Amino acid sequence: MPKRSDLQTILILGSGPIQIGQAAEFDYSGTQALKALKREGFRVVLVNSNPATIMTDPDLADATYLEPLTPEFVRKVIEKERPDALLPTLGGQTALNLAMDLYENGTLQEFGVELIGAGVAAIRKGEDREEFQAAMKKIGVETARGRMVHSMEEAREFQRQLGLPVVIRPSFTLGGTGGGIAHTLEEFEAITAGGLRDSPVHSVLLEESILGWKEYELEVMRDTADTVVIITSIENFDPMGVHTGDSITVAPAQTLSDVEYQRLRDQSMAIIREIGVDTGGSNIQFAVNPRDGRVIVIEMNPRVSRSSALASKATGFPIAKIAALLAVGYHLEELPNDITRVTPAAFEPTIDYVVTKIPRFAFEKFPGTPDALGTMMRSVGEVMAIGRTFKESLQKALRSIESDVRGAYAEMTERELEVLLYPNPRRLEVVLELLRRGESVDRLFELTAIDPWFLNQLREITDAEREIPSLGPVESWKYEYWREVKRLGFSDARLGEIVGKSELEVRALRKAARATPVYKTVDTCAAEFEAYTPYHYSTYEWEDEVRPTEKPKVVILGSGPNRIGQGVEFDYATVHAVWALQEAGYETIMVNSNPETVSTDYDTADRLYFEPLTFEDVMNIVDHEKPVGVIVQLGGQTPLKLARRLEEAGAPIIGTSPAAIHEAEDRASFNALCERLGIPQPRGKVAGNAGEALRLAEELGFPLMARPSYVLGGRAMRTVRSMDELDTYLREVYANVEGQPSILLDQFLEGALELDVDTLCDGERAVVAGVMEHVEAAGVHSGDSACVLPPVSLPSDLLETVKATTERLALELGVRGLMNVQYAVKDGVAYILEANPRASRTVPFVSKATGHPLAKYAALIAAGRTLSEIGFTGTPTPGMYSVKEVHLPFLKFRGVIPVLGPEMKSTGESMGIDADPDLAFFRAQLGAKSNLPLTGTALLLGDGLDDVAATLEEAGLTVTREARAGELPQLLIDVTGSALLRTALERGVPIVSTREAARWTARAILAASRVALGVTSLQEWQGAGTAVAGD
Amino acid sequence: MGAFMILKERAILALEDGTVYRGYAFGHRGETVGEVVFNTSMTGYQEIMTDPSYNGQIVCMTYPHVGNYGVAVYDMESNRPFVRGFISREFSEHYSNHRAEQGLQEFMKQYGIVSISGIDTRALVRRLREGGVVKGVVAHRSFTHPEDPYGEFSVEEEQEFVRRAREHEDIDGRDMTPEVTTPLPYAFPTLRQGKRVVLLDFGIKHTIIKRLAEVGIEPIVVPAHTTPAQIMALHPHGLFLSNGPGDPSAPQYAHETAWKLLGLLPTFGICLGHQILGLAVGGRTFKMKFGHRGGNQPVKNLLTGEIEITAQNHGYAVDIETIPGGQFVPTHVNLNDGSLEGMAHSRYPVFSVQYHPEASPGPHDSRYLFDRFIEEIDRFDGVTGLPVEKSLPGKLGI
Repeated sequence: MPKRSDLQTILILGSGPIQIGQAAEFDYSGTQALKALKREGFRVVLVNSNPATIMTDPDLADATYLEPLTPEFVRKVIEKERPDALLPTLGGQTALNLAMDLYENGTLQEFGVELIGAGVAAIRKGEDREEFQAAMKKIGVETARGRMVHSMEEAREFQRQLGLPVVIRPSFTLGGTGGGIAHTLEEFEAITAGGLRDSPVHSVLLEESILGWKEYELEVMRDTADTVVIITSIENFDPMGVHTGDSITVAPAQTLSDVEYQRLRDQSMAIIREIGVDTGGSNIQFAVNPRDGRVIVIEMNPRVSRSSALASKATGFPIAKIAALLAVGYHLEELPNDITRVTPAAFEPTIDYVVTKIPRFAFEKFPGTPDALGTMMRSVGEVMAIGRTFKESLQKALRSIESDVRGAYAEMTERELEVLLYPNPRRLEVVLELLRRGESVDRLFELTAIDPWFLNQLREITDAEREIPSLGPVESWKYEYWREVKRLGFSDARLGEIVGKSELEVRALRKAARATPVYKTVDTCAAEFEAYTPYHYSTYEWEDEVRPTEKPKVVILGSGPNRIGQGVEFDYATVHAVWALQEAGYETIMVNSNPETVSTDYDTADRLYFEPLTFEDVMNIVDHEKPVGVIVQLGGQTPLKLARRLEEAGAPIIGTSPAAIHEAEDRASFNALCERLGIPQPRGKVAGNAGEALRLAEELGFPLMARPSYVLGGRAMRTVRSMDELDTYLREVYANVEGQPSILLDQFLEGALELDVDTLCDGERAVVAGVMEHVEAAGVHSGDSACVLPPVSLPSDLLETVKATTERLALELGVRGLMNVQYAVKDGVAYILEANPRASRTVPFVSKATGHPLAKYAALIAAGRTLSEIGFTGTPTPGMYSVKEVHLPFLKFRGVIPVLGPEMKSTGESMGIDADPDLAFFRAQLGAKSNLPLTGTALLLGDGLDDVAATLEEAGLTVTREARAGELPQLLIDVTGSALLRTALERGVPIVSTREAARWTARAILAASRVALGVTSLQEWQGAGTAVAGD
Repeated sequence: MGAFMILKERAILALEDGTVYRGYAFGHRGETVGEVVFNTSMTGYQEIMTDPSYNGQIVCMTYPHVGNYGVAVYDMESNRPFVRGFISREFSEHYSNHRAEQGLQEFMKQYGIVSISGIDTRALVRRLREGGVVKGVVAHRSFTHPEDPYGEFSVEEEQEFVRRAREHEDIDGRDMTPEVTTPLPYAFPTLRQGKRVVLLDFGIKHTIIKRLAEVGIEPIVVPAHTTPAQIMALHPHGLFLSNGPGDPSAPQYAHETAWKLLGLLPTFGICLGHQILGLAVGGRTFKMKFGHRGGNQPVKNLLTGEIEITAQNHGYAVDIETIPGGQFVPTHVNLNDGSLEGMAHSRYPVFSVQYHPEASPGPHDSRYLFDRFIEEIDRFDGVTGLPVEKSLPGKLGI
């Protein structure tokens, strides 16, 4: 059946701010869907409050609403845009839940909006555990014995039947928030109570424990002709008990015979049909008992997921794109396989390599939180690596996540190591270390339940490590030795560690032996058909399939695994660079290891290398492709860290030079520069060790802002107010941070207004693109502070000074591209805090707030264009206010009090746009899922909030200044940092923890109480008011 | 310390076109020659090794790990392996699976399968895709030079293997059925009494027999050379023509048998059986460039419009255009390349598919064909000795 002709306008819902369990993968899926549907001629309307995404670029949809993802606001969009259909399966759980809300409150029926992709019944059957279990029973698929309970009494009664351990899963929560495994009755009580509270419907599922079983996922697609195909199987390295998002996973399944695999396939097909997902992708999880092969289905997601992004990248099959096209009526057989072109999408990919995903965690950001992994997802990002064998793929993934060297474990005793075998982010490294010490596979299987096949593979790696010295001195290795060693996946750095050489020495010897990698292709078909738009990975084999073209090419380094402080915004910047350079006539080459992203979509860059972002792997690509330029400044810290070494090795870095980047990042040279230019700075010093830090602190006086050098996202940054606090801080830093970093000490400007300034510079001219005023005062990490563009409280003369200073600094540093500068304004003086001559995380926000694609401009500058050629010669003066608010992951880290500080903790952001800054703030809050009330009670705790109280009362709220036991308000403003913040957070009550934010919040509530808020698309805003001041 | 990870005993694969791939020895120590083909299934190496259709062939698995889950007797497709050799990027020394009874290394040694690992199998597949199937030799260094298994073959030795590959008899034109068929007829034990069907064994897979038994058939497997009279003497309710190796145009006796029985019995053919039906009525088959071998081939059922993901293993195909007088009409087509995947007789209850509905290894999407077969049999009035008009319009009718 060809595409439906009865649909004209389709509404797509995004997933809002990046959060743990719902991240960049939905930018990837949404972007694919938008592109595909637009190409088919549909009018596409998007709602997503997240400005850092590529999908919210005004070019991608016909109407883009950076509005809160709430039923009220989406209803307004529906009322205005009158879509024929809503596609809810590409925006994660957020979009799916929202679609259900809009159905349940009658909006969809009222405006005649059809749900496409998955209907209400299918969503319910897939999501509601009781309905799901009943459906499984009907088709004869086993599920874990379990029961939905709604109260503690019910829970206790069922627990007595199940025994212990018991798995507890709250209904309708993201990434298993609030779930867990109870081994004792105490744990059972605590987790069940928490789950009942966190679940929006106050129910939890109690299940028999299948801890230690093997875990599998199948990615399934179906069309309206009832053709069902499996895109891939995924096997978890970590057995049942660890959330699949937090598990190391491998594609395809490694330890299933065909008989067993086909059983999972048959069940998957029966499940997707019974649940009734009409079209698109679903993800089905299974547990298999390693002792007898008994299969249990764990769950199915009737939508695309993080695993579908991984499956797409692992196979070359674009699940989200195909899902979108199936939703509008196409059948799989009518859609071509983009990669082979001649064969249809109605097939099952087969692969001739192994894919390994390793998640990345952020426990270091939340001191005191145990790092044991469980059924609640807590990873913030992931890497994927491709190798011809599991060993190669795993070791490539390890170096992608910067865990390839032996590190601290070499120093630990076996006993200490065995203690670390519980599921935790470092378990793989511990297992490897124990194998090095001669621990048996049997014993490790007993202790971890990791399948012996995987353990034996790891043992082959450690056996090879032991065998390497027997090959003789590395100088005399013949080609074959190199090839076999590299085939096992050892990095040059790890090899250097084993043979006692530096990474560079190993590299030189390896190249001298002509042991360079070849590049193979991801083509969906194991080379059975020719591939046209494939992507590549390195390996050490005989034939190189990837011939460089004659065209001038630019390599753009991506941002690697997402983490706190480096998220989807850098993917946005690198993707824009690709687009700009393609338009400018270059062949673009993307290098990245993050499977969630748009940058690793095969149809983004002309060529994609799915490779670790390490010196070794990037230089190999540079040697192979011989580009005219390599761009490192748009992907955040990961590529930036490589800049100097790449340049030294001969890579043509374009854009701002690594020397200039170093000059800005090196404290001493930067201080000297500012002094020379007469730019005020907070007094500061660099201490080489703890003793020096204490001495310098006395000289500078308190309060001080302390941090180790060369960190991103305010890692280990803290305000210290006394010698004792500094001493404690230093002890922690030197205990937890690897190496011996210098410590930066700066005068802390208490209560100062902070500014973030993004500027472009072509070497001859610098133009400030946007000045953002922070809501939170100095002391809160800029990445965690809400901000507004243009500034509302900065005097115009100071604004001009800041702009002039920024532009002068950019010219002086020789910036060619973007630079971000942070200021703290106190007593009429703008002090410079830091300058980063690279894309910052504010780039997508400023681009959307001003209507200028800054990353595109930066890429063009790097390629030699001037600002005047680009046409960007004056600071834009937008006709609206844009507010950015952040999303914080505190809920996932049990017991942590949700207060802000100098260490960045946010995972994502929302944007609110309005002609009135207070209303823009209101929208941004709702967009960040902080549901500010217009009625009810506000509880204010702490001093200096009288004006806030008055404003809130004027808005009609009841204000109380004292907490009452057992009672929660509709809004909690607590500047004392009390534990009540935690309680309120867990109950979904909006919380505000700083005075500045409290003022903004009160004003926003007052403003919102006086008007009815409409919705305006980004295209309307930008068409209406954005102008560039000419020069 | 485990086995050597880096230094391993050597082996080579020498192709008739002169290409030499240097790798490592696995399985039985020796030297072997055969037609080199590739299979894209990611699971099911044991079923593939024991499928008689691979007789005379050296199979390269495109998935780089083979042996991970060991070997289990339940997964045998015949009583022994038939492949001449096996090629994998990496064979697992260790296996893990509750069903496994032994490791692949041991299994291969037990049955004398000479294998090679460590070569760039993807390069080999691309070579086969571009240049078509070729003959090749796999030789273990330890076989010719037991004193120095880690050394390299000389150029002269390599050239000698190339020559041997070149001189090896082509599969094209060869009737391989005598090498794989059962020497004596046997009945497959079934629990319940069903319809008796004679299975002409050209190299039948066990799973086919099991699937037929599952739908209520009492299978009687007979040697390929069994005559039509001998078959009819068994008073069968149906006839099944099995899969098998070799050039389908070679066993002319089988074409004759099929032609003589055409219309006398409801008949179902799979793979070689399908090709034999096409040849029996005067059509022709041709050798494909590199064939279809794998578990992900999309096939469209032209009568229902439904799509099946199928398991396949064939190097020859029926050219439906050459079948005189439209005796057979196409019922299934391959969506990748448009090749014929199934056909039904226009008058008689006779149908066949090129692919493997029994799977093993592979997807189970096409099991309905076994149900159709028993439906055909149930509707058939019994042996009349005269051709009967096709009685069933259903899924496979016209």
